[in-house]
Amino acid sequence: MSLITCEKATFAYEGVPVVKELDLQIEKGQYLCIVGENGSGKSTLVKGLLGLLKPVSGSVAFGDGLHQTEIGYLPQRSEIQPDFPASVWEVVSSGCHGLWMNARHQRMAEENLRLMSMDRLRNRSFARLSGGQQQRVLLARALCATKSLLLLDEPVAGLDPLVTREMYDVIRMLHEEKGLTIVMISHDIQAATQEADRILHLTSTGSFYGTPFEYRHSPLGVAFFGGCCCHE
Amino acid sequence: MNNEMFTMLGKMFSYHFMVRAAVVGLLVSLCAALLGVSLVLKRYSMIGDGLSHVGFGALAVASALGAAPMAVSIPVVMAAAVLLLRLSSHTKVKGDAVIAMISAASLAVGVIVLSLSSGTTGDVNNYLFGSVLAMTGEDVWLSVILAAVVLVLFGVFYRKIFAVTFDETFARATGEKTEAYNLLLACLTALTIVLGMRVMGAMLISSLIIFPALTAMRVCRSFRSVTITAALISVVCFMLGLCGSYLLDTPTGATVVVANVLAFLLFWLIGRIRERA
Repeated sequence: MSLITCEKATFAYEGVPVVKELDLQIEKGQYLCIVGENGSGKSTLVKGLLGLLKPVSGSVAFGDGLHQTEIGYLPQRSEIQPDFPASVWEVVSSGCHGLWMNARHQRMAEENLRLMSMDRLRNRSFARLSGGQQQRVLLARALCATKSLLLLDEPVAGLDPLVTREMYDVIRMLHEEKGLTIVMISHDIQAATQEADRILHLTSTGSFYGTPFEYRHSPLGVAFFGGCCCHE
Repeated sequence: MNNEMFTMLGKMFSYHFMVRAAVVGLLVSLCAALLGVSLVLKRYSMIGDGLSHVGFGALAVASALGAAPMAVSIPVVMAAAVLLLRLSSHTKVKGDAVIAMISAASLAVGVIVLSLSSGTTGDVNNYLFGSVLAMTGEDVWLSVILAAVVLVLFGVFYRKIFAVTFDETFARATGEKTEAYNLLLACLTALTIVLGMRVMGAMLISSLIIFPALTAMRVCRSFRSVTITAALISVVCFMLGLCGSYLLDTPTGATVVVANVLAFLLFWLIGRIRERA
């Protein structure tokens, strides 16, 4: 059974349908990258998958033991106030469910901080971290909220090339070593076809869904890569 | 010098109205500072200002009708808090514009009602700028209950308040009832404002919400330290303002605001020095 199944799901933004009649199955262990130009509905679809936006028609169903509130979500960095007074620990531990931080939450937050190599900066101010470090902290928070699915909204936006590479390596490690299902929104189609095992390309007229190989040979892929299949 | 100070303080607190004003003011300052950290960080600072004007209108109507001020103003201001929150998040009019509209309308209603009724300039001044003489024994009990409620709820929901304040979208995505927390915050703010505006005045009560949080943020870098520091700054500034107003024979609300302004400047200076060091 799929973790998430969208059947003919239409999502609207301010009453205007943006994602139309989308059929999508997100399988356990998949690395799906959602690409598309601005306004194609990527962020709207993310809100739909997170349950923050109900489909105006069609359905979104959760399966394989996944509860809607157990999706680890990494928002766009621009959604976080840059000068918010919070320590790294406060941010990471806010990903744990429950009113109180019990011993299990404590261990989980510490483990995820270590996994993101941020444990030595746990008392540092979040606002004073570099962009890449902030993304690692927000990833650690997302990991506290999930054991199965990470939804990453443009995780490398605004990062320099070196940090972008590091970020992709971290995401791949979470996918391959921790067995997490990844759904990543990206503008970087080149990187998407290298990192992911499924591509969903949203356009205003429809969508493409398939493997990176199929994508490169599709009209949308050919339009982007110009018929070059050098990354196979 | 110390003896003179203690004599002055002893004389000041020999008046029952001063003791009542101090108790209510300290508890309201504490609550306002705790709630203010979230409100300021969520860009809801002006809600406090809007609600205080609604409170002024409600007090004016209560006064004209000869009704108990608290019995009228508490439900009206709480309803306004809920309305402001709903309108800010569910309509196409921007939140600050909604607050400005409700704020101006309430002020206008209050002024008209007072001018049509037997309200005197002194009454208007008391409502607008506060008076230490206005505190009753009932106000003291209400503020003790309010402070207990705010402290308990703030303590129990502290982690959730942080989560909703830091990143509301993430909090909603992970199943937090963000609207319920926002509603709780708005209702507690409404209660704090109604109680505080008797001593601080409708025009100045919002300063108790905004200043301590902004002042603490000049030097503190974590949510926890900002919250604790804001609470301390708020109660210290209130006491300094109350004593200052007694010594200088100035209005209490305005003097408390001046103490907060001075604290803000001091912390801003400390913050600048620390950044350069």
